[in-house]
Amino acid sequence: MFGDLSHLALQQYWWIIVSLLAALLVFLMFVQGGQTLIYTIGKTNMERTILVNTLGRKWEFTFTTLVTFGGAFFASFPLFYSTSFGGAYWVWMAILFAFVLQAIAYEFRSRPNNVFGARTYETFLLINGLLGTILIGTAVATFFTGSAFSVNDMNQSQWELKSHGLEAALNLHNLSLGLAVFFLARVLGLMYFMNSVKHDEVFRRAKKHLLINTIPFLVFFLTFVVWLMLRDGFAVNPETKEVLMEPYKYFRNLLAMPLVLILFLLGVVGVLLGIGASILRNDCTKGIWASGIGTVLTVFSMFLIAGFNNTAFYPSTYDLQSSLTIENSSSSHFTLTAMSYVSLMVPFVFGYIWYVWKAMNNKPIDEDEMKSGDVHVY
Amino acid sequence: MLENIDLSLVNWSRAQFALTAMFHWLFVPLTLGLSFIIAFMETMYVKTGDQEWKRITKFWMKLFGINFAIGVATGIILEFEFGTNWSNYSWFVGDIFGAPLAIEGIMAFFMESTFIAVMFFGWDKVSKRFHLTATWLTAAGANLSALWILVANAWMQNPVGMRFNPETARNEMESFWDVFLSPSAVTKFLHTTTSGYVLAAVFVVGISSWFLLKKRHVLFAKRSIVIAAIFGFVSSVMLVASGDGSARDVAKTQPMKFAAMESLYEGQTQAPLIAIGLFGKEHDDPMHRGSDQEFLMKIEIPNMLSYLAFLKVDAFVPGIKDLVLGNEEYNIMSYKEKILRGYEAQQTLRAFKDAKGHDDAEHARLKAKFDDKEWLDNYFRYFGYGNYYDPNPEQLELNAFKIVPPISLSFYAFHIMVILGGHFMLLFMVVLWLIYRKKLESNKVVLYTALWTIPLAYIASQAGWIVAEVGRQPWVIQDLMPTMTAVSKIDTSSVMITFWLFTITFVALAVAEVKIMVKQIKNGPKEGGHK
Repeated sequence: MFGDLSHLALQQYWWIIVSLLAALLVFLMFVQGGQTLIYTIGKTNMERTILVNTLGRKWEFTFTTLVTFGGAFFASFPLFYSTSFGGAYWVWMAILFAFVLQAIAYEFRSRPNNVFGARTYETFLLINGLLGTILIGTAVATFFTGSAFSVNDMNQSQWELKSHGLEAALNLHNLSLGLAVFFLARVLGLMYFMNSVKHDEVFRRAKKHLLINTIPFLVFFLTFVVWLMLRDGFAVNPETKEVLMEPYKYFRNLLAMPLVLILFLLGVVGVLLGIGASILRNDCTKGIWASGIGTVLTVFSMFLIAGFNNTAFYPSTYDLQSSLTIENSSSSHFTLTAMSYVSLMVPFVFGYIWYVWKAMNNKPIDEDEMKSGDVHVY
Repeated sequence: MLENIDLSLVNWSRAQFALTAMFHWLFVPLTLGLSFIIAFMETMYVKTGDQEWKRITKFWMKLFGINFAIGVATGIILEFEFGTNWSNYSWFVGDIFGAPLAIEGIMAFFMESTFIAVMFFGWDKVSKRFHLTATWLTAAGANLSALWILVANAWMQNPVGMRFNPETARNEMESFWDVFLSPSAVTKFLHTTTSGYVLAAVFVVGISSWFLLKKRHVLFAKRSIVIAAIFGFVSSVMLVASGDGSARDVAKTQPMKFAAMESLYEGQTQAPLIAIGLFGKEHDDPMHRGSDQEFLMKIEIPNMLSYLAFLKVDAFVPGIKDLVLGNEEYNIMSYKEKILRGYEAQQTLRAFKDAKGHDDAEHARLKAKFDDKEWLDNYFRYFGYGNYYDPNPEQLELNAFKIVPPISLSFYAFHIMVILGGHFMLLFMVVLWLIYRKKLESNKVVLYTALWTIPLAYIASQAGWIVAEVGRQPWVIQDLMPTMTAVSKIDTSSVMITFWLFTITFVALAVAEVKIMVKQIKNGPKEGGHK
């Protein structure tokens, strides 16, 4: 089946999968957003415990999606992995530290004798929520703004700036996406609380903060998108494979791929619809679904305009011809084929995750559940 | 040329990866085995309906959860470090190595993270059978993740199922099944996971023995010991069997590692196995590394090494000297020759790249070499040796001896692992015998031994990692890529900073984990839990 596809078709298929994983990751970062709001929304110890536990039952999915995203990217586009990870060392290391801290924070937070105290572990969650979202957003923005690296004819790459990735965080266009992701994660986190916690005060405060966080989200998101539509992009000549700058490249990509444009617009509308309904309607708990699906569609379509329609998805500003495209950075035909068969398991994985979540989320989390002795509490 | 290599960068990168991997491996073996032990315990609960079994299950599950968190936290570091610190490696073999990592994520990690949530939060939300299924699936997920990373690791020790593509300058997969089912992968998976089962069983038996010594929760402790000791004994039999297979595989595919594990300098037929050995002084003569290891004492088992390696008592086991200098009688090529051939393969690749776009005929001629099986088998096969080339013949001779792993470390790690493996098996047998005779509770010597065996299990586990990974040096991919050429080109100071950041983080995490675990254990099955 997959073996008969051309190498390019497989590369496109895998770019779609990687984009989908990235889109799911950004949606699931509602966990990170929620982590930055534990003290804003939770005013008593019990309220904070409820919030931490509500997030704590989902954090592993975000984490696993990140790990799988990394693994899938490595396997399908290894030249990106070797170039970006080995080059933008400090950005990836900072992201890594942020997630290492998260992985133990939930489990250790309320354990007796945990050495550093609950506050420290809550601070770990805050750091993860803050750095994780901003830096991942910043790193993804370099897909459009480029980085300074070169790749030699043996496909060995070298970063050309001593700052090894830190420079990405100082680029305003990158930062606008980083902050947009941060505030989006908070918006999603708030809607997740409204959906999953049965607690009047928590609901009221979450609703109030939803508006406060939506405004900066919109400002940063629109800044990023408008800037993106107006800037020159990294185009690839389909015949010669030469990389060149093209005015309004990303805007043109949207026009050239109407389906992607529709997905993008639907996504943005979905996000706004979820937020609007949560703010305007009384007792609306389903906003996370519209905004969540909207987030997935928006991020998915943005990844598609980064990699499709003859575009270099990981451009080099140091040497344009070193830029990575889905064609020059991918795994072999054989490996992509083998992995494509494995990808057929993905719907099955979604299936059981859905089934288990449904079984586990029959009722929202409340104080009674935190006090019952029969359940694991963070 | 070796002088072009920044050895301090290589060493710090190695140190950082070793630190992370060894720290990760402190926590993972327990989760691999404990997940199954818990599943057996819960099965007893579901079958009998006895609440005591539920209590037992939940106690060990709590310890599993604490431990699991650190395993997850350190696992992601390894995944990132393949890229951040081993950039050239991740391109050179990413076509093969990346796939298991992706499959691990899709197949195993989601399974683990989905069902672990049911395990911890689902007691009053799903049916008993659903919960039990989730517990078994968590165990399966944990072990599946071990499967894929070990397949990847085994491939690094014995690269098979791929072909070098000169256009992309990397190895590309040709047969997924050759990679997945290579004997090295099978034995590595079995040996490594069963070592985790044994460690977990030692852990449960040890902690339960402490409860018996304290005369607390006696029924809980005895039941835990029965499950763990049976599981541990069966696992230790499998551990020894797979270890035997693994050693034979190493003898065949990594003879230098095998020689270093036994500190065998001169090859011989009817080679004896050193059961116990203690080195005296070690001379530092680079031209004769390994030749002058003096033993203060050693106990040998005659013919055993030949038998262990090749199932024949009169088989020739090559020593370090035979491998480095070559041995015509046994048709062993010298490292010097391998270096020359590897260098030629590297030069061919260079010429191929240089001819591209300039000289089509030459380009096609050189490309044909990479399709010629004979040339691949006789030259490209030694590609990595080419990095040790030096035009000065004396330096070349000297460089050949640099392709020898650290001998004392490999030797001691191997012997400590084997001796402790025997000790664990014996311990499980004695414990089971005493349970059968109903004399375990009164036998303080055995109970204390069981308790103090816990740290030994961790030592054995780490020693196993050292044998596999230090014994493989200087290769990151056996014969194809030396560790020194695999690193990312970053400043040494950057790696030093992250090394120390990781060290501080790991120490803090380890202290918190141990203190939490000890507290939970002291609280026992009834109390425990959270504040």
